[in-house]
Amino acid sequence: MAKNLPPTYDKIAKHDVFPETTHDERARYNFLANLNKHLAHVSQGNATAFKNRVQPKFMEEKGRDFENKDELGDAMAKDQHYQTWSALRRCTMEMRQQAGRSLTYRQAAELKEKVNKLNQGKDSLKLNDEVKVPPYLMAVDNHLMPGSYHTELFEGDVSNAANYDGGLFVTTAGLLGRYSDGGGKAMADWMKANNPDFKPKRILDIGCGIGHNTLPIAKMYPDAEVIGIDTGRPMLSYGHARAMSLGYENVKFVQAEASKLPFEDESFDWIQTTMFLHETGGVSIYNIMKEIHRCLKPNGITMHIEQPQYTDDMSMYEKWIRDWDAYNNSEPYWSKMHDIDPIDLLEKSGFDREQFMQIGAQAINDLDDGTQKADEPEDHGRSPIWNVFGAWKK
Amino acid sequence: MEDPIDYISIASNKPKGARPYFFEDPAVERVMNITMAIGMELAVMRERMDSIERLLDEKGVVSREDINSYTPKNKQIETERQQWHSEYISRILRIIQQEMEQMANPDKTLHEIADDIDKM
Ligand SMILES: C[S@@+](CC[C@H](N)C(=O)[O-])C[C@H]1O[C@@H](n2cnc3c(N)ncnc32)[C@H](O)[C@@H]1O
Repeated sequence: MAKNLPPTYDKIAKHDVFPETTHDERARYNFLANLNKHLAHVSQGNATAFKNRVQPKFMEEKGRDFENKDELGDAMAKDQHYQTWSALRRCTMEMRQQAGRSLTYRQAAELKEKVNKLNQGKDSLKLNDEVKVPPYLMAVDNHLMPGSYHTELFEGDVSNAANYDGGLFVTTAGLLGRYSDGGGKAMADWMKANNPDFKPKRILDIGCGIGHNTLPIAKMYPDAEVIGIDTGRPMLSYGHARAMSLGYENVKFVQAEASKLPFEDESFDWIQTTMFLHETGGVSIYNIMKEIHRCLKPNGITMHIEQPQYTDDMSMYEKWIRDWDAYNNSEPYWSKMHDIDPIDLLEKSGFDREQFMQIGAQAINDLDDGTQKADEPEDHGRSPIWNVFGAWKK
Repeated sequence: MEDPIDYISIASNKPKGARPYFFEDPAVERVMNITMAIGMELAVMRERMDSIERLLDEKGVVSREDINSYTPKNKQIETERQQWHSEYISRILRIIQQEMEQMANPDKTLHEIADDIDKM
């Protein structure tokens, strides 16, 4: 039997604001999920090309090994296999966006209406026109999503959020589970298992997006008030409607900017970010962490799910290939963030060095039926394997 | 209700930032992108055919077994089907045929022809 087949798109969990799809739109997504899986295998050829021809040729010509990532990158850019894989991967990302946009924008008006119906009169959604989208989000469309998280083509347009919701399942080939919440589930499970006496009353999820990973935390701690903040209006409106439709009563969605948190000092027990820090910027990341420290109660905890850390024993090639998404999938801060030492980041923000902790995490995938993992090559930037770091505030 | 938006052109908008090209010649990349999109549409069509076949089977109209074991029953059907393949391939590989025709009978460029016609 064939191994490693992605789940078909119809397995994704639906809710009342989920975009409708036709037969062919689902088939297109099925093709793209399979193509993503396939390209993870094609990407393995890059290491072979590097080892067998790119590096030997360079050493022969220069009489020495690569001195830095730039040199290595220039040599790899001329390799035919790398060119083919890169062009195919870029093409796949662009086709994914196109397929998602065509299916969401054709029903943009209906989506807005569905969202409005669920959001009307609810004070658990707080939008605020004064909140500015930070410049680093305005500078680029992260992961090639035209209009990013904040653009509304008309007042109340949530199409981009809906595109993000369904599309993530395709890009990750379903490895994050039916609700694309495998990261939040892993985080909530870790917290419960390792800190059974920790009873958070107030939890903040910064850069919550549509709340994919906020909801599993709210579910694990039903007595806590869980607040998700984001600067993307469509994300918040859609995310709130999604949470309402899924029956969550302890979650709020608030439009706010991470480096100016509209909350009092020492008012949260737990402040979480998931796949967020790598989409900020070199100065802001410190301001954000300082705000987190300010808003945390003593004995509160902050945790951050991020891309795998670059380690000293990682080869130059390995670090370079992991940067692919930074420049080719518009995640510009992705590689720069790797130059930041998380211990230093936390310490500069007021946390004690000794409190630093780091764990590896893997998504909890409710769609995993055993056909998912065998011989799976790590697809950099897509694999549900993360580095989680954080600290208790003492 | 909002003004209807042009979702077809919006769907294909480019993201911010100049696009990286990986092949030395951007034309190769352009062709690859178009080819992959068509490859995808073929997969979509294939999945649709599969749905149709399964539905016909479920409803007892035509079994999948019948479809799988189908072979042309006479010479005419055989010809029709093979001719379809032949025409299809010729259509896809048109440019190669044209390049061969040009190799066999080198033609003037349209600039040259225009200059010729100017004198006619
Ligand atoms: C990659 S998404 C992650 C979403 C979510 N945490 C998840 O795991 O699904 C990053 C989100 O962070 C938001 N964001 C980025 N910078 C922000 C800032 N300074 N303040 C608030 N939200 C921000 C973006 O709008 C986007 O929705």
